[in-house]
Amino acid sequence: MLEQSFYDKTDEILSRYPAQERSLIPIIHEIQEAFNYVPVELLPYVAKHIGITETKAFSVASFYERFSFEPKGKYIIRVCDGTACHVRNSLPVLERLRSELGLSEKKHTTDDMLFTVETVSCLGACSLAPALMVNDHVHPAMTPEKATEMLKALREEASVHE
Amino acid sequence: MSRITTQEELNALQGKFMSEIKAEPIRILVCAGTGCQASGSLNVYEKMKELAENTEIKVEFALHVQHPHVHKSGCLGFCEQGPLVRIEPFGVLYTKVKPEDCEEIFNETVKKGEIIHRLLYKNKITGEECFNQDSIPFYNGQTRVVLRTCGTIDPESIEEAISAGEYQALSKTLFKMTPDEVIQTVLDSKLRGRGGGGFVAGKKWQQVASQPVTERYVVCNGDEGDPGAFMDCSIMEGDPHRMIEGMIIAAYATGAHEGYIYVRAEYPLAVKRLTLAIKQATEYGLLGDNILGSGFSFNLHINRGAGAFVCGEGSALTASIEGKRGMPRVKPPRTVEEGLFGKPTVLNNVETYANVPQIILAGAEWYRSIGTENSPGTKTFALTGAVRNTGLVEVPFGITPREIIFNIGGGIRDDKKFKAVQIGGPSGGCLTEKQLDEPLDFDSVKKLGVIVGSGGLVVMDENTCMVEVARFFMEFTHRESCGKCVPCREGTLRMLEILERIVAGNGRMEDIEELRTLSDLIIHTALCGLGKSAPLPVVSTLNSFMDEYIAHIQDKKCPAHVCQKLKQYVIEPTKCKSCSKCARGCPVQAIDGKPKVPYVINQDKCIKCGACIETCPFKAIYVA
Repeated sequence: MLEQSFYDKTDEILSRYPAQERSLIPIIHEIQEAFNYVPVELLPYVAKHIGITETKAFSVASFYERFSFEPKGKYIIRVCDGTACHVRNSLPVLERLRSELGLSEKKHTTDDMLFTVETVSCLGACSLAPALMVNDHVHPAMTPEKATEMLKALREEASVHE
Repeated sequence: MSRITTQEELNALQGKFMSEIKAEPIRILVCAGTGCQASGSLNVYEKMKELAENTEIKVEFALHVQHPHVHKSGCLGFCEQGPLVRIEPFGVLYTKVKPEDCEEIFNETVKKGEIIHRLLYKNKITGEECFNQDSIPFYNGQTRVVLRTCGTIDPESIEEAISAGEYQALSKTLFKMTPDEVIQTVLDSKLRGRGGGGFVAGKKWQQVASQPVTERYVVCNGDEGDPGAFMDCSIMEGDPHRMIEGMIIAAYATGAHEGYIYVRAEYPLAVKRLTLAIKQATEYGLLGDNILGSGFSFNLHINRGAGAFVCGEGSALTASIEGKRGMPRVKPPRTVEEGLFGKPTVLNNVETYANVPQIILAGAEWYRSIGTENSPGTKTFALTGAVRNTGLVEVPFGITPREIIFNIGGGIRDDKKFKAVQIGGPSGGCLTEKQLDEPLDFDSVKKLGVIVGSGGLVVMDENTCMVEVARFFMEFTHRESCGKCVPCREGTLRMLEILERIVAGNGRMEDIEELRTLSDLIIHTALCGLGKSAPLPVVSTLNSFMDEYIAHIQDKKCPAHVCQKLKQYVIEPTKCKSCSKCARGCPVQAIDGKPKVPYVINQDKCIKCGACIETCPFKAIYVA
C-alpha cells in the first residue's frame, strides 16, 4: 500500500487535467516527476479517474521507455549512446560510471538511491559528443576521468544537502 | 501587454520594438542553446548581467547614460566553440567564453570597443583570427533561412520576435489571402517535408482542406529521435515563434482550430521555450480566439513524448497524443484523411513549418530560387562525428557533401582519413569518398541508396568500423521496434544476432547472403517507415564496405581496430622499459614480466579494456 501522500499528490495532478483518455500520458509524466518513478499502484487509480481500463493504463505506461516502475536515484545519469557519441567513444564513459557505482546493464540504481545510470538514444548535444545528462543538465565532451570527477562532485553536493 | 486586435496595431508594435532594440547602445547576446548551456553559458550570462548593472555607458545621441543590455540567444550553431558571446553593434563573436573573461570583455570591448584577440575564433587551417561570424568558414558557407533569427534574438522574448518581423506573414495571410491562395503559394514554392520523406507540403494541406469532415487538426512532429540529429531541437529552442507562426498559417489554410506540438521529453529546454512562446502569443492575441481581430481562432497544445522513437511515425505520433501506445497502423487511410482523433490532420515537422512564414512573405518564386529545381530551399543539418567543426548548419539543397564536410566542417579531425558520412540516421546509409561530389537533394541521394532524412550527418574517419556502425543502428532499431508487425520485431532481431556474431569474430560467409535476404524481406513487408528502412544501414555498408565484412568473417580481423573481441593488445619488446606500470594497472592481472625483460600480455586472460595503453609512459603497447 502506498502512503496517503501519494494519492493526495496524484489528486492534485488529476485536478489539472480533463478526465479523458488523452490526458493519460501527461498525467503519467507528472507522476514520474513528482515521485521520480511511476508507482504501479497509482495506475488503477488514474485509470478509474479518467475512465479507461486498468489494463489500458498499464499497457501505455509500460510501452514508453521513459516511464519507470522502479524508484530511481536522486541523480539520474543518462549517458548518450547516439551515433555521434558512439563514434566518439561514449561506451568507456558508461563503463566507468557503472564500474564506479557497482551497476550493470541489469542493475541501474545504486542501493543508497543516489544514482541511476541509463543510456539514451540522443540528447541533441551531438556537437559536444560524447555527452551525458544529469537530471536536466547536459555535461559535454565526457571522458572516463571526467565521469569519475563528476561522480565525486555529485556525492559532495548530495552530502552538503543532507 | 494588451491583445493586438488589428493589422495596424501589429505593425505599430513591430516599429516600437525595433526602435527599442535600436536604442540599446550595446547588446550582449549570450548563446543559451542546449550545447552552450552544457558548456556553462548560463554562468557567463549571470556574470554579464551582474557586470552590466554596474556599468554605465555614455551614449552620444541620448541625454542619459544607459546600461548595456544582456540577452540570452538561441543556438548559434557553432556549439563546439561554446559558450558563444556576440556583441552588437560591433558584431564581434567571442568563443569559449568563461565567467572569468567577462570583466575583461566589459573593460575592453563594451567600454572602449577594443577587441580581445584571445577570445576570437582562429581559422583552423590558416590560423587567421575571425572577428565576426561572417569571417568564420563555418558560417560563410551557409545560407541561413530557417535559422536566420536563431542566435540573433532572445527566444524567450516575443517582443524581439515581433521586431524581427515575425507574425507579419500570419497577418498577411489572415487579411490579404484566402486559404486557397495560401495553399497555392505553398504548392508553388514546392516546399517538401523536412522530416525525412520529402512529401510536398502543399499537397498535404490541399488534401486536408478538401476533406468533407470539417473538424481538422494541425500537428507538428518535434519528436526528433534520430540519434545524431538536433536540428529541430535548435529551431524550437532558438526561435519557437517562427515555427508556431507556420503552424497557425497551416491551420488557417486548412480550416483547423486545434493544433498539437509533439516534442521529445529529452528536450526540456525546447518544451520550456515553446510553452512560454505559446503563452506570450496568446496574450498578444496572436493565438487563441479571434487572432488579430480577424475572426479566425486557433489553439495550440504541447504534448511531450516519452522516449519512444517509433512515435516519429505519423500514425504512432497521433496515437500517442490520443493517450495510447505509440504504434503505427496500416495505411490507408492516411493521416490527411483520418489522423488525430480520426479527423483529417496536417502533420509536418518543425523545420517544414519554420519555412512557411518566409515563403508567404517573400513569395514562392524567391523560395524556388534557393536550392535545386525539385528540392527548393535550404536544409539544416547536424554536422557531427569526426569533423573539425561540429554544429548546426543550414545549406541550400544541391550543395555537395564534400562542401559541407571540408569547407564548412573544416575537414577531418586530427588530419585523419575520411571514410564515410552517415546520412539519414537509422533509416539512412553511408556515403563514401567517391559519392562526396554528388548533389545533396531529396532525389539525387535516393539514387545513391540513402535518404536525406531529418538531417543528421555523422562523419566517420578511418578509425570507424563500418560493420560495428551497422550493428549499432540495428541494435537501435531493434530496441525501438514497437513489436506490432513480425518482420520488424523478429527480422531486426535476427539481423542483429548475425551482426553481433560477425563483430565477435564468429561470422560465416553465408551470413552475408542471409543479411541481404532478411533486408529485402523486411524492406518489403514491414508495416511502417521504421521497419521498412531499418535494414538500410546494413544494405548500404554491405554495398560500400564489403571488404570490412570479409575481414571480420574470414581473417577474424577488424581493420579499424574497433571491435573489442577482435582486438589484440601487444607490447612492443624494443620499446618496453619493464617499468611494470601496465601490469599494476591491469584489472585482470594479464600482464607478466620481470625487471629488465620486456613485459608480455597473456592473450587468454586479457579482457581488452585498454587500460594498459593509457598507463604506458613509453607508448610501447599497441592494438594489433
